Amino acid sequence: MDFADSPEELEFRLRLRTWLSQNNPGLPASSTADEYWAGQAAWHRTLYDAGFFGLSWPAEVGGHDLASVYEVILDEELTTAGTPPRPSVGYLVQGLLRHGNDDIRRRFLPGLVSGRERWCQGFSEPDAGSDLASLRTRAVRDGEEYVITGHKVWTSYSDAADWCLVLARTDPDVPKHKGISAFIVPMGQSAIEQRPLQMINGITREFGEVLFDGARVDAANMVGEPGEGWRLAMTVVSHEREPGELGYVARYGKLVNELALVVEEAPSRFGPEAQRDLAWALIETEMLRCHVSRRLSDRRNGLSHGPQGSVDKLLMTAAEQAVGHAALSIGGAVHADGDDTWLKVYLYSRAQSVMGGTSQIQRNLIAGRILELPTS
Amino acid sequence: MDVRLSPEQVALRAAAAQVVDRLGVHGVAELDDFERASKLDAAVAASGWRELRTATDDGTPWASAVEVALVAEELGRGLGDAPFVGATLAAELRRRVGAPAAGVPETVVFRADLGELATDEGGQVPAGALALDAGIAETALVFVGRAEGWSLGAVAVEPPTNAPSTSGADLTRPVASVRAPGTVIAIDGQGRPLDNDDVAAWQSLALAMTSADLVGVMRGALDLTIDYARTRHQYGASIGSFQAVQHLLADAFVAMEGSRSIALHAAWAVDALSAPEALAAGSASKAYCARAARAVCETAIQVHGGIGNTWECLAHVFLRRALLSSDLLGGVGPNLARVLQARNIGVDDGLR
Repeated sequence: MDFADSPEELEFRLRLRTWLSQNNPGLPASSTADEYWAGQAAWHRTLYDAGFFGLSWPAEVGGHDLASVYEVILDEELTTAGTPPRPSVGYLVQGLLRHGNDDIRRRFLPGLVSGRERWCQGFSEPDAGSDLASLRTRAVRDGEEYVITGHKVWTSYSDAADWCLVLARTDPDVPKHKGISAFIVPMGQSAIEQRPLQMINGITREFGEVLFDGARVDAANMVGEPGEGWRLAMTVVSHEREPGELGYVARYGKLVNELALVVEEAPSRFGPEAQRDLAWALIETEMLRCHVSRRLSDRRNGLSHGPQGSVDKLLMTAAEQAVGHAALSIGGAVHADGDDTWLKVYLYSRAQSVMGGTSQIQRNLIAGRILELPTS
Repeated sequence: MDVRLSPEQVALRAAAAQVVDRLGVHGVAELDDFERASKLDAAVAASGWRELRTATDDGTPWASAVEVALVAEELGRGLGDAPFVGATLAAELRRRVGAPAAGVPETVVFRADLGELATDEGGQVPAGALALDAGIAETALVFVGRAEGWSLGAVAVEPPTNAPSTSGADLTRPVASVRAPGTVIAIDGQGRPLDNDDVAAWQSLALAMTSADLVGVMRGALDLTIDYARTRHQYGASIGSFQAVQHLLADAFVAMEGSRSIALHAAWAVDALSAPEALAAGSASKAYCARAARAVCETAIQVHGGIGNTWECLAHVFLRRALLSSDLLGGVGPNLARVLQARNIGVDDGLR
């Protein structure tokens, strides 16, 4: 049991640290400004080109075949350097790795991993949120293509995406979980309309809704078999619950380090409540780093995601929202100087208990699948 | 980095689990079962677990704090009422000053609020000082201030002979006042004084051990409560099938898992990081685990309903043990202050 680096890990860490010291793009926090989302694509490509992205993914898709714990080292060094976190595309990568055939994997994974092609995820709908399997978007076969009609929402990065991983109903005559298929749909077509959604902290570049009005997709772009869409969705969302896949340790670490610096520079400005909130933000972030180290070490056993991802999601949510509360206590609600960065961090943190499956859904999953409590 | 337990650590944990499953406290009536408690104490003694932090020939401990934490966690889970924390912390102090191992069962003396080790005051133990694990220990250690740092002194501890001599919430680990006169006798044969780093490293071990005990308490309380929620029926259904109850238990499970991760790191940090870093890791862990353990044990009582508020239900025994483990070296407040101090942030007095 050892949290310390092996010699190879240390060599990697120092090489990464040197590179980061010269390559920090200096973007604002992801949760506070549209400039982040505008610059994030370039950061993804820079990180990838330098050999520091996709560390634990297979080499044939552009990864480095390293042990999963290298992702923790990356997160720790990104935190220390104060750079943006690693791009959060791991859940899509895992979904395509597991369910895509060789052709899908070869055609799509290199661009996704390298950041050359941008992706979004078309799962939720206005009437299919937590109850995702009731989705109504349809895909109808037409020769060598499928024609897609429907309305997707909460679609992060849809404004910049080249591709959308869409869940659509291909068979309305079977039970709802069994009639769903997954498609990789090209976004650049007139039958797709993308509308930004402004979040409660004012940013507009992350969130969107997407309308498909007879959009066309090559039948060869179906991921997995017809009807395999639900299983793919479960793979994707279960990885979307894992902070080790998302790289959020670095996102929270950067924010909490900045908050600690604000307090350290003028401690007399902050009373016991702000100090307490800062201490909890530091502790929760540290807990998450330790927890991700534990989970990614367990992957050496070949263990992968499972119902434990719901535990991770709730721990990650607690960490993000503790950081949010510290940001509110330290930054305040009113800003004479017009800088409401910390208020934005706080407001954005409320989404974490909803996105990727609400905290209530995670608790249901834990109760049923881990605690094995009876169903009512 | 590989934070999986080694095969030896897995075996140690299994051995400790086997002992507490056989000889721990499985019902309130067993608290008074002297024969069982004696057997548990004998099993712990025979295992050598209380000597894990005594010195080998080169002065290093026999085992790392990770092994200590594994045993502490299992003893917490099974409400093990044999001395462990006090004996281990005393052994660590003796090892650090280079004194020979104690010849009789030994523990440590905390100041009255349990937040720090007691310090000698003119050859006497300060008023209200409390000896941990007082059931069996014959002597207990305190700090003695010296110009060049800290040395150790020992006081005699009388075993509590009846209920009133025992104080504190925990029904599994008696804490006793050190009786007058509490004369401190310097430990003979000590090699060197303790500096601030020695004290911080010792504190980090205490924080890691109490964190691990709290993780175990949470696991034990949850196991008890999940079993109860499955079997208790109301409205014609198991109460564990109700979403309101399920969410309480899910939150408790998540709190326990987060605690487990941060406590594991704190235990590793004791021997692997510098003393200030280990103290920071231990403080973060202790604050997290103390908050989590109280919430989890309160959930245990809540889910048990009326029976959970009676003496005969084991839920309060877990809560009581958590309260003592939290107070040792400080619970939430003092450790939030330590976490901020580790980041060079001066602390408002309201946090202590």
